[in-house]
Amino acid sequence: MAPPPTDLVDQLRHEIDEEAPLPAIVLPPASGSLSNSAASVVNTVEEEEGDNETDEEASDDDSDKGPTFIRSLGAWSKPLHFTPPPTLPEPATPRFGVTEMLQKKRIGSEIEIKNHPTETQGSPKIYFVHFYYSTTSLDTSSSPFQRRISDLGDLRHRAALSRLPILSMPIDKIFKDDASEEKGERARMASFIGAMAVADLVKSTLGPKGMDKILQSTGRGHSVTVTNDGATILKSLHIDNPAAKVLVDISKVQDDEVGDGTTSVVVLAGELLREAEKLVTSKIHPMTIIAGYRMAAECARDALLKRVIDNKENAEKFRSDLMKIAMTTLCSKILSQDKEHFAEMAVDAVFRLKGSTNLEAIQIIKKPGGSLRDSFLDEGFILDKKIGIGQPKRIENAKILVANTAMDTDKVKIYGARVRVDSMTKVAQIEGAEKEKMKDKVNKILAHGINCFVNRQLIYNFPEELFADAGVLAIEHADFEGIERLGLVTGGEIASTFDNPESVKLGHCKLIEEIMIGEDKLIHFSGVEMGQACSIVLRGASHHVLDEAERSLHDALCVLSQTVNDSRVLLGGGWPEMVMAKEVDELARKTAGKKSHAIEAFSRALVAIPTTIADNAGLDSAELVAQLRAEHHTEGCNAGIDVISGAVGDMEERGIYEAFKVKQAVLLSATEAAEMILRVDEIITCAPRRREDRM
Amino acid sequence: MALAFDEFGRPFIILREQDQKTRLRGIDAQKANIAAGKAVARILRSSLGPKGMDKMLQGPDGDVTITNDGATILEQMDVDNQIAKLMVELSRSQDYEIGDGTTGVVVMAGALLEQAERQLDRGIHPIRIAEGYEMASRVAVEHLERISQKFEFDVNNYEPLVQTCMTTLSSKIVNRCKRSLAEIAVKAVLAVADLERRDVNLDLIKVEGKVGGNLEDTELIYGILVDKDMSHPQMPKQIEDAHIAILTCPFEPPKPKTKHKVDIDTVEKFETLRKQEQQYFDEMVQKCKDVGATLVICQWGFDDEANHLLMHRNLPAVRWVGGVELELIAIATGGRIVPRFQELTPEKLGKAGMVREKSFGTTKERMLYIEHCANSKAVTIFIRGGNKMMIEETKRSIHDALCVARNLIRNKSIVYGGGAAEIACSLAVDAAADKYPGVEQYAIRAFAEALDSVPMALAENSGLQPIETLSAVKSQQLKENIPFYGIDCNDVGTNDMREQNVFETLIGKQQQILLATQVVKMILKIDDVISNSEY
Repeated sequence: MAPPPTDLVDQLRHEIDEEAPLPAIVLPPASGSLSNSAASVVNTVEEEEGDNETDEEASDDDSDKGPTFIRSLGAWSKPLHFTPPPTLPEPATPRFGVTEMLQKKRIGSEIEIKNHPTETQGSPKIYFVHFYYSTTSLDTSSSPFQRRISDLGDLRHRAALSRLPILSMPIDKIFKDDASEEKGERARMASFIGAMAVADLVKSTLGPKGMDKILQSTGRGHSVTVTNDGATILKSLHIDNPAAKVLVDISKVQDDEVGDGTTSVVVLAGELLREAEKLVTSKIHPMTIIAGYRMAAECARDALLKRVIDNKENAEKFRSDLMKIAMTTLCSKILSQDKEHFAEMAVDAVFRLKGSTNLEAIQIIKKPGGSLRDSFLDEGFILDKKIGIGQPKRIENAKILVANTAMDTDKVKIYGARVRVDSMTKVAQIEGAEKEKMKDKVNKILAHGINCFVNRQLIYNFPEELFADAGVLAIEHADFEGIERLGLVTGGEIASTFDNPESVKLGHCKLIEEIMIGEDKLIHFSGVEMGQACSIVLRGASHHVLDEAERSLHDALCVLSQTVNDSRVLLGGGWPEMVMAKEVDELARKTAGKKSHAIEAFSRALVAIPTTIADNAGLDSAELVAQLRAEHHTEGCNAGIDVISGAVGDMEERGIYEAFKVKQAVLLSATEAAEMILRVDEIITCAPRRREDRM
Repeated sequence: MALAFDEFGRPFIILREQDQKTRLRGIDAQKANIAAGKAVARILRSSLGPKGMDKMLQGPDGDVTITNDGATILEQMDVDNQIAKLMVELSRSQDYEIGDGTTGVVVMAGALLEQAERQLDRGIHPIRIAEGYEMASRVAVEHLERISQKFEFDVNNYEPLVQTCMTTLSSKIVNRCKRSLAEIAVKAVLAVADLERRDVNLDLIKVEGKVGGNLEDTELIYGILVDKDMSHPQMPKQIEDAHIAILTCPFEPPKPKTKHKVDIDTVEKFETLRKQEQQYFDEMVQKCKDVGATLVICQWGFDDEANHLLMHRNLPAVRWVGGVELELIAIATGGRIVPRFQELTPEKLGKAGMVREKSFGTTKERMLYIEHCANSKAVTIFIRGGNKMMIEETKRSIHDALCVARNLIRNKSIVYGGGAAEIACSLAVDAAADKYPGVEQYAIRAFAEALDSVPMALAENSGLQPIETLSAVKSQQLKENIPFYGIDCNDVGTNDMREQNVFETLIGKQQQILLATQVVKMILKIDDVISNSEY
């Protein structure tokens, strides 16, 4: 920005010398009647596009007019006790079309979202432009204007700036150079906007008809991911807004804890904040809102607890519950076409785990080629390795030794040992000894009476040859997880020493053979003793499809394994939200005091989830939700939104179930996150750590 | 600027490169400093009390912290101003000394500075103000002593302690389950407290957090929690009546510190060396086994071979355990940390009733519980919560609660919270002011007014009319001569803090007043600020 005309600087200096005893950077307080004078400092730019250049031009124009600080405002001398007007201008929240927003402001600096189905148009664009002066900088630097644009990037506020509380900095420097501070309403607004922007970003992926996003990384190769998994989308965004980070964080935790509902939790938190913002605008203190939200969340959870279905005793029914849950989870994903097939696979796999939540025992192998329908669950274990040349390709009744030992040159581990010889013959001798040592080792291994040897580390040619001679199948370089899994499936222990063959537990399996999937050869262990581990082979047209399929399947597996432990289930399709909303509404009516507004708002936020599901499916959400609400007025109603037929239907009949644990986690973490963001009244941003120039 | 003339009238420069420096002196310096101090206090002011708001802090690497703990806010703020740094120090020293009231002390200092500014405007010399403050603080501290109450509790009746901890926790985000957290904190402190000597070693309480679950799942473990798992995936996950060998030597061939070389020049040597190496591992494991250990906890890593041997001999082991945790385990299990295998004896083993591995969530997260230890002095508070920020904040809150409980064990006196103590002091100081002749009288009155600002901020944050509420409470205290009336922040309907069970420790309050006064005095005495003006 060009330095302002000198006469302006002089005039300012003059004023400051005369008036301000302490170095103060001050803006005239922004109250309605003073908006004229304020307009010179805070300039209200009216423009169609969020174009930076026009913006700057306009501000330059303004500064040309010269400053019209009115001293009688008192702002110069006593800026500290200025309390901002509590209300924000309407509409306080800019609702952005996501595409538009991202192209402009790039919350995700790494990722651009290419296509978006619901583009909100004609939404007001809002700009913040915020200047302040510093007297010291007037004296020393050539450009006294320091210009700050609110750290929401280009998200700026155009509307009625004069009524915005713009706080003055009383001291020139409390913070370091680039550190900044946002206070009160501005801080709250910044965090609301950030959080809601993130929620809106993933909103369109919610529900069975949710759309996918393309994520392109800025890293080398510009690798592309197509997904509608909320956690994956949010993880790959580079977000600057601290409140938005809170949401990303809860989504991540949801992923770790229950595996599914990563989108719902963000959307619910976003809706809670949107409602909270309205309440704040109508002068309800955030603490009151929090108190109300807490009561509402408690009540909602109780409502769910009352309606849970638990089929733990009835094994058959429980299995069908699991099937339905898996199908519900999968139907929003890429696998929805073959959801029955995959649901069956997932349920089978989880049942094999026998109640443990260790999903590592389930191996997912992705092989491009074929169609998704060709994917299958394998009872046994598949290792993505080739069998060594000259070794048997098929072993029946295999005895397997799983090992983690060096089969290259066996190093002497004693510190400081080295070989120093003085003649060629000795070299040969030592080499011979070394070979002998390896031979010994191989013999010891063979002494276990095995016919298959799997090692985590490399096997060199020499021992491999020895193994081949003995007719033993030797597999090298299985990764660590592979080894652990193999130990699990075959029931063998992972050995590193081989001196006591009788006491080492060997693994067993009926058949080892080489199989072909697509073009790749894999080793297949079938008829294993301990049936815990299993492999799922995913087939599909491309890597992107496979990746997404893996994520979807992972979600389903997570949910199922959690449900096996906590067998309570609920109906899906917006049913739980409506049940909760109804109870919460009733609580709101019973509660006295301002809290009841917050409780009511909570119920509205809950209803937003079925609304979004319907919206994403291109249905008339208002109509459907109203219908749903009416249905839910009767006791014991099972109505939810049936996206397929586009009407309200009985969820129990449609077989749409969800796990109680997931819903509970969504409810509680969303409330917690909303609470955290609501409690904030100030954002202090430290100066970003400087990268050292690597020149 | 600092410019002097010698006897010939030639100017010479006193300050080096003085044109690059800015200088403020006299009343300007004081005012600038006061303004800086006030600015810091202003940031914290809205965090005070049970309805105080949080601050969101974005660190230099983009990491976000949400907290309302004064010390943490100030610590993480990128403060550049020297006076502001003093305020940060102030809050930190309160944190070190007392652990609680870190926000209050800064707000108090800010109020004192504000009052000082007014006195300066009246033309009172800063030193006189400082002296007046000093006198007033003495009056206030004495008065606190007078209105404080002894507070009876013992190991079996710890309810009063819980009440006090709840006061501390109620201002934090965790106030949803303050009751259970307060109980956990009190039980933890009582478990490690030495009631005879009235001493509590907070190092024995380990606060460990793990993302996931609910805040309600937070638990107190009478034992140690180690964020590690067994070294071999097939080792048993649960050991009863464990005899623990705590080692600081690796399961590896020895590495002498002196530089040496083992030269191999014949086949025989090669063979013997090989044998020896195998023997090493065998011996190590055998030694552990011989002394009767059923669990090995080691500070270092294991060689693959050693690992397998351990597994093979049915000796579960944990590797890469940090030094601090190792010490805690040693304390808890009554074992000794053994630096050499040779020194391993049965007496040096630690004993624990139960050691088990527990997994969390869908990801591969396992932790090791060591419970029912021989010496139950070391405890762990294990925090669960929705996200990392929540856990960090809970950790800080628990720390505050622990400090409060400790202070109460050290000194049983309490004063009533909710601004009651400040109001009582303010009245006492105001009354005392008239007795002092001289200019200090005004400073003392200013001090009384500054004391009012804490209840005022409390009322303001709770959405009450600050001046109205304060004056009502003040007159009530004066009329009935009872120092228990405070600000009703939670809208309970009574001003009597005894009924609301809002206590604070006497030493905490005293320290607050003394520290705030000290810093303010220091700031008032500065009359010349010379700084490099790079900007």
